[in-house]
Amino acid sequence: MSVYLLRRLIQAVGVVAAMSIIVFIGVFAIGDPVEILISPDADQIERERAIRALGLDLPLWQQYLVFLGKALQGDLGRSFVFNEPALQLILQRMPATLELAIAATVAAILIGLPLGLYAGLRPNSLGAKTIMAGSILGFSLPTFWVGLMLIMVFAVQLGWLPSTGRGETVEVLGLRWSFLTLDGLAHLVMPAINLALFKISLVIRLTRAGVRETMLMDYVKFARAKGLTPFRVTFVHVFKNILIPVVTVTGLEFGSTIAFSVVTESIFAWPGMGKLIIDSINVLDRPVIVAYLMIIVLMFITINLVVDLTYSVLDPRVRLEGK
Amino acid sequence: MSVALRAAPGTPAKDRVETPFRRFVSEFAESKLALLGLAVFVAIALLAVLAPWIAPQNPYDLAVLDIMDGRLEPGSRNGDDTMTYWLGTDDQGRDMLSGIMYGLRISLVVGAGSAVIACIVGASLGLLAAYAGGRTDSAIMRLVDLQLSFPAILVALMILAFLGKSITNVVIAIVVVEWAYYARTVRGTALVERRREYIEAAECLALPTHRILFRHLLPNCLPPLIVIATMQVARAIALEATLSFLGLGVPITEPSLGLLISNGYEYMLSGKYWISFYPGIALLVTIVSINLVGDHLRDVLNPRLKK
Amino acid sequence: MRKSIRAATMAATSVYALGFGLPALAQQGPTLNMGVGSPVTSLDPHYHQLSPNNAVSDMIFDRLVQTDAAARNQPGLATEWRPVGPTTWEFKLRQGVTFHNGSAFTAEDVVFTMQRLPNVPNSPSSYAAYARPIVRMEVVDPLTIRFHTASPYPLLPLDLTNVRILDAQTHANATTEGFNSGQLAIGTGPFRVLSHRSGDRIEFERNDNYWGEAPAFQRVNFRMITNDATRTASLLSGDVDFIDQVPTTDLARLRNDNRFALSETVGLRLVFLGLDHLRAANENSPFITDNEGRPLGRNPLKDVRVRRALSMAIDRQAIVDRIMEGAATPANQFLPRGTFSHVADLPQITYDPEGARRLLAEAGYPNGFRIQLNSPNDRYINDARIAQAVGQMWTRIGVRTAVEAQTWATFVGRAARAEFSAHLIGWGSNPDGSHPMRNIIGTVSSERGWGASNRGRYSNPELDAKLAASLVELDEAKREQMLIEIQRMAAEDVAVIPLHIQTNIWAMRRTLQHSARADELTRAQDVRPATMR
Repeated sequence: MSVYLLRRLIQAVGVVAAMSIIVFIGVFAIGDPVEILISPDADQIERERAIRALGLDLPLWQQYLVFLGKALQGDLGRSFVFNEPALQLILQRMPATLELAIAATVAAILIGLPLGLYAGLRPNSLGAKTIMAGSILGFSLPTFWVGLMLIMVFAVQLGWLPSTGRGETVEVLGLRWSFLTLDGLAHLVMPAINLALFKISLVIRLTRAGVRETMLMDYVKFARAKGLTPFRVTFVHVFKNILIPVVTVTGLEFGSTIAFSVVTESIFAWPGMGKLIIDSINVLDRPVIVAYLMIIVLMFITINLVVDLTYSVLDPRVRLEGK
Repeated sequence: MSVALRAAPGTPAKDRVETPFRRFVSEFAESKLALLGLAVFVAIALLAVLAPWIAPQNPYDLAVLDIMDGRLEPGSRNGDDTMTYWLGTDDQGRDMLSGIMYGLRISLVVGAGSAVIACIVGASLGLLAAYAGGRTDSAIMRLVDLQLSFPAILVALMILAFLGKSITNVVIAIVVVEWAYYARTVRGTALVERRREYIEAAECLALPTHRILFRHLLPNCLPPLIVIATMQVARAIALEATLSFLGLGVPITEPSLGLLISNGYEYMLSGKYWISFYPGIALLVTIVSINLVGDHLRDVLNPRLKK
Repeated sequence: MRKSIRAATMAATSVYALGFGLPALAQQGPTLNMGVGSPVTSLDPHYHQLSPNNAVSDMIFDRLVQTDAAARNQPGLATEWRPVGPTTWEFKLRQGVTFHNGSAFTAEDVVFTMQRLPNVPNSPSSYAAYARPIVRMEVVDPLTIRFHTASPYPLLPLDLTNVRILDAQTHANATTEGFNSGQLAIGTGPFRVLSHRSGDRIEFERNDNYWGEAPAFQRVNFRMITNDATRTASLLSGDVDFIDQVPTTDLARLRNDNRFALSETVGLRLVFLGLDHLRAANENSPFITDNEGRPLGRNPLKDVRVRRALSMAIDRQAIVDRIMEGAATPANQFLPRGTFSHVADLPQITYDPEGARRLLAEAGYPNGFRIQLNSPNDRYINDARIAQAVGQMWTRIGVRTAVEAQTWATFVGRAARAEFSAHLIGWGSNPDGSHPMRNIIGTVSSERGWGASNRGRYSNPELDAKLAASLVELDEAKREQMLIEIQRMAAEDVAVIPLHIQTNIWAMRRTLQHSARADELTRAQDVRPATMR
């Protein structure tokens, strides 16, 4: 087990290194941060000063070595735009995004799992068909469009919910959280739903597909034949079996929720990492992009590790490599 | 394997030979809803293919557009009084009806194209990872980790920077973003499947690896794969719309449905609903029909639902 | 538990208040909720030369020379200024001004500030250029300072409208982070900073000891809402009282809604087309081909008749009416009417497709050619839409135009390398003709520091010589005449194709009024309760 974990750790380092090289080359190819950031009034002298100030006067490979040297000492560089340590900037914004992603994932499971279960157990009922048709809506319309519609209806027309931004926050463990206040929750509802829509559909569909298959499995038939209650059959035998794809996908989706909260955050002016990264990409703020991706890569690696470990717990047929 | 041998009950197999394909067709035809979906999808595909001949206007030709006809309501006549804009016009004076027909072409190519390519690439790598295990598995899965962490917008920007702006490059960008999902899902299922008896049996028979992978392992991983694939077509179209919304999608003079929607998005508050509403409806109908077909297809193709 | 119930009732009443919209303002007390479209990147007034940063700096700090809403110089921390010799400017400072922390404002603070400008570490776009002409500063007495320049420098007062004054004691070793945390964001301005959450919001409190006109609001909540549609939605739903950068697509709705008011003024930002002057007349321009897509073998844009034809082919009024929904003025030069060195008698460019076709034929292109117009799609108001409209109009005179729009991040680097044949771009300038002439029209030269934004590589030695002379002319009347002549030359040679000057628009609840600024800055001190409506 520990050998397995160690090997995963070494691989993680390789992935992070590969990622940073791709970002350096990619950002270099996309454009020139100085051209983007500099005032149109600036003259040639000022331009050259700015290029030196941001360390962009060196050849790209030297810039990378400088970055590597500092990164090994725990310094991921300072944002070109904010002149603050990139890591600190991201960590400041992280609670907002985590809060949003967790809320969306919880909503997806709480709504998606029961609906999917129902649709799988009674596949031919009218309810099931409505659920399945409705779930298509969840992923066929672009997020930005649905987001604006939510704002139009619930904030502008009905006035039930605040339109944008993060509500009142409470400081817990040195970080600001908004889900502990009523105002904060009110601000959280719409962006969370917006972000959850796709996931709800996904969970419904995966659960339904899993349930339909599992119900026909021999061991379920056997359990039923043995005279176990339908409740026990459903929630012990069937449920355990369908959790594998649901766990995989929800795990994956949690990562991508964080990574792709970009659009939702910019529509709802939610001050999280997603908004930071899209702003940073727009001005090619390389230190922030690298630091952000580093965090996301590590997060994905961790999630995948957890998912793999969960597999082996949930399903003894899966054995981990490197035992 | 056994699927093809067993005769379907109730099929009058007197003068017709039962082939897997005929069986598939008759099973598919059992669902009226799926047939309806198929009919709608075929109609949409025809509309898209025939657009250059049946659309009232070529919405990609700047010479026929006139901003003086911009933002006209549905049913308005154009400035020269030679044609009616049944679904109104967008800000450039583009006929929405023609724009939607042409936009369908691009959205279908982008959505289906990228989903199919991503599915093939992702599923193959996922299968390989699960079957080969060890270093191959680790290498592929770390590549997946790397890929999943890159935001679609950054990938699209990089591809835009390296390859320029075109529809093909949008497809490439979406494939690069999406293949990892297929790989991850297929590997998850395949890991379970490869420990089952039939794979062991196949291995005992010393069948070639590719045969075990694609004839034995793959069909049993299909159900979740099809769930993902039908959704990913929709997701690819929506992702293209989002990239267009962020200014990284298809060229503005050749709008897809997604770009039409994101163009019209800015007019939603001012009541000019038609600019994004009708393309939205077109997108919705397309995706619903694809999914009706896909959902049923999944049930028909699933070996484990055959009892 | 009891607390949460109270919170619930409070939330319920505030929802109630929102529902009624109008009376809510009175109940909220003197707090102004603003929603701005561009994020502020720093509270350090010398870190990043960027409009939103300058706007916020104006709320916290003061300048020696302020500008009024029409961008004219006004006394600020300096009460008067004049040249006392060919290379010396003397500024008299305002008496009795104190910083937020009580320390007094003197000439030493000015010296300190000017010395800090070139020494802000890691600045991506610094204010150093405004200190560069000054070779020596002389403190005559605590309220008089003299700036000595190497050569006669007429632009010094204008330059100083960009410099916010810091306190020599408080900010001796101030870092950008210190400002950003709010701790060192201490100036002489009308507001003091209560809190700053980068990229999200800044909270301000009125400075009751302000030397100038007192701001109307006790508290200001300055929120950054970058998405255009949701910014408008926030105003409509009552979450904010005031927004800037109103999208032109929402103008019609807001004008027709009597709960809201708009304030607008002609801005200082010109949207124009840059053309490829870099490739010689017998070279291929990268995105120009003949009608069959083959290389042309020459650069038609080197011919002034072609440039003029392309300019005449554009129906500027149609773009203003249809694309900009009225929020712009057709332009024939960089600066709007009423600014220093505006060329009043320059004829408007009339829309004349027939004449354009004739000119093209005269230049040897009776059947036109093909060109690609590159444009950003996230930088200027409706930029990609304008580019498409221009594409329509050029195509109609036989110049078949492909339009490629991309994000500013990828666009600007390529534009800077002069990779395009034709590009759409904008320029917001200090209201003085020397700025656009030096940066966009002047020949690219790193010794002179000219042509930094000359992305078409226009070069005209005769114009350069006149420009150089104007830059050392201290007599304002003479200088204005020189600049007018230079701008006329550029216009006659169609160095660039001007399209329109943007109108700056703000929207607010009807209970508020705002003095619209030409320089686009959104500042809380410009917003007041409406007197009568």
